[in-house]
Amino acid sequence: MTTNVISLVSIGAHPTSGRPRRAEQDARAVELGLQMAGDKLQVLHAGNINEPTLRSYLGMGLPQLQVLEQPAGSDALPVLSDYLREAGAQVVLAGSQAETGEGSGMLPFLLAEQLGWPLIVGLAQVESIDGGVAHVLQALPRGQRRRLKVRLPFLATVDNAAPKPRQSAYGPAQRGELAAHEVEVEEDELFTGAVLQPAKPRPKRLKVIKAKSGRSDESRDRQGQWRRRAGAQGP
Amino acid sequence: MSDIIRRDPRAEWIARNRLHPLHAAMQPVQHSWMGPNGVIRKHVHGVGFIGPNGIKRIDRSGAQQGGAAKRTAAVEVQLPLHQVPAPAFYINVVPDMVGGRLSSHDRDLLGLARQLAGSDGAVLAVVFGEHKETAFAAAGVDRLLVLEGHAFDGYSPEQRVQGLRAVDNQFNPRHWLLPDSRSGGGELGRRFAASLQERPATRVWQIKGNECIGRAGAGQEDLARPLPRLILAAAECADPVSETRHEALPVELSTPLARSLPRIEDLGAVAVDPAAIPMAEAEFIFSGGNGVKDWALFHQAAAALGATEGASRVAVDDGFMARDRQVGASGTWVTARVYVAVGISGAIQHLQGIGACDKVVAINLDPGCDMIKRADLSVIGESAAILHALIAAVEAYRNGAKRDAA
Repeated sequence: MTTNVISLVSIGAHPTSGRPRRAEQDARAVELGLQMAGDKLQVLHAGNINEPTLRSYLGMGLPQLQVLEQPAGSDALPVLSDYLREAGAQVVLAGSQAETGEGSGMLPFLLAEQLGWPLIVGLAQVESIDGGVAHVLQALPRGQRRRLKVRLPFLATVDNAAPKPRQSAYGPAQRGELAAHEVEVEEDELFTGAVLQPAKPRPKRLKVIKAKSGRSDESRDRQGQWRRRAGAQGP
Repeated sequence: MSDIIRRDPRAEWIARNRLHPLHAAMQPVQHSWMGPNGVIRKHVHGVGFIGPNGIKRIDRSGAQQGGAAKRTAAVEVQLPLHQVPAPAFYINVVPDMVGGRLSSHDRDLLGLARQLAGSDGAVLAVVFGEHKETAFAAAGVDRLLVLEGHAFDGYSPEQRVQGLRAVDNQFNPRHWLLPDSRSGGGELGRRFAASLQERPATRVWQIKGNECIGRAGAGQEDLARPLPRLILAAAECADPVSETRHEALPVELSTPLARSLPRIEDLGAVAVDPAAIPMAEAEFIFSGGNGVKDWALFHQAAAALGATEGASRVAVDDGFMARDRQVGASGTWVTARVYVAVGISGAIQHLQGIGACDKVVAINLDPGCDMIKRADLSVIGESAAILHALIAAVEAYRNGAKRDAA
């Protein structure tokens, strides 16, 4: 019995150039899905169907990619949860966070809440699935692993501990089919109050050594005196 | 004044200079000596020391060592106590408590909470299960809520969200602050946000007035937005509390916690092959260099210790180790907690690569090499003999543990 696996993908951005690419963690989710379900893997994207980068997922050896057509800036949550509820998925894989837009990493959590499914964070490997129970390995910091037992259906996010994605080939990418689905569009209310701006480099934290003894007040006073004196003499 | 005994070059100079008016006072006082006839002579005026008020004091208990004894001023500074008898509102913080202690990220977060609480609000820290931390008061915790119970043991995110919801109902805090970390906080915060149906601000690194700025996307953009109720803050979001002391009064939940059947069952940690851990993440690295002659023994020692293997540039160039094992400027920059350098003299490129390591142990023949200067513990000697002894010691330790367990 093969499990019905769905991987969610998004459009990524190159960390340096900012050019669109397949998102690193989503590609890992596709790779894990291919290892679990082979050809039966369904890949789902909510967004613009004309984005050429979508084909780089098809280039990993997928015959088809489902696209829920949405303009930019719309809420992907309701359409994805409707689709997943009807698709009869047993395992849904997603990256930990998007590389464009808000990238809060909330989507899998909200999907799990709406669907009422358990959510595994940082899935590294699926060891076995039988009798509707999966044994999985969860990645922890510093390369450690934890074994979890979870009932199907479940959602899982993958991070950089998941298997490396295979290369995307040009031929299959062009031959693959993008299947469009008409869905209701809902506006995301985030950008009514929030502004996206180019990232400011964060100031490096300075090492401040504070005087530990009671002399600190005294020396502060003395500094104050000097400042006052300097101010008095100034023009 | 510090307790460090220092040389006083001026006093030494005066003691050498016979023409200095203070020369006599700086001479070491001899209390008794053997006279020319074999009789012990005593200098009765030499005993004692000049006290702080210029009066000669003699302490016959033997404890006092004269004027050389340094007066240690009581430098234990009592920071002012910040009290919030009746908090107008709460700022709730859920620290990660990695290893049962506040991490530096947790302390930054408590500093941020302190800023948000001002003078009327109280910072309430919510801690799950047992902890070993004793410095909650110094970290800026006004109220401490420890949620205990076996339900919170191990990996129990769903039960923890239940606990946080109960805390939310009782205290109704103005803000919830969680660390956006991989060691639990980021996940718990997002689960909690999904459960509360509130949109959190994630990876927040600055809060100014009523606005917060967090990283968005892949880190190329910032998202500035009005301050929400739930904040997942990045590391170094604020300075930790250092000027005040806090009460850390224990509080309790008024209602017992509902227990739900966990949907995710924790089957415990899995033994990981140390060679499979990425070098940059490995916790314990055993690294070999030019001084290692017996590489089979080196691999055996690494296996006995259960450490990830590393190598210096020379060892890689000579073909003893794979290129991906190289530590240093043109290899991997490692962040290990313990780094053992066997036969590595410490080229600057290598020392750069281990800059973030916590404890460095050096095994080397040359006591003057740079690695020894960097190391926290160094063993001078031939590596083969030391590795043999190390393997024997580890095996004896493991066998002892087995015998105790049986």
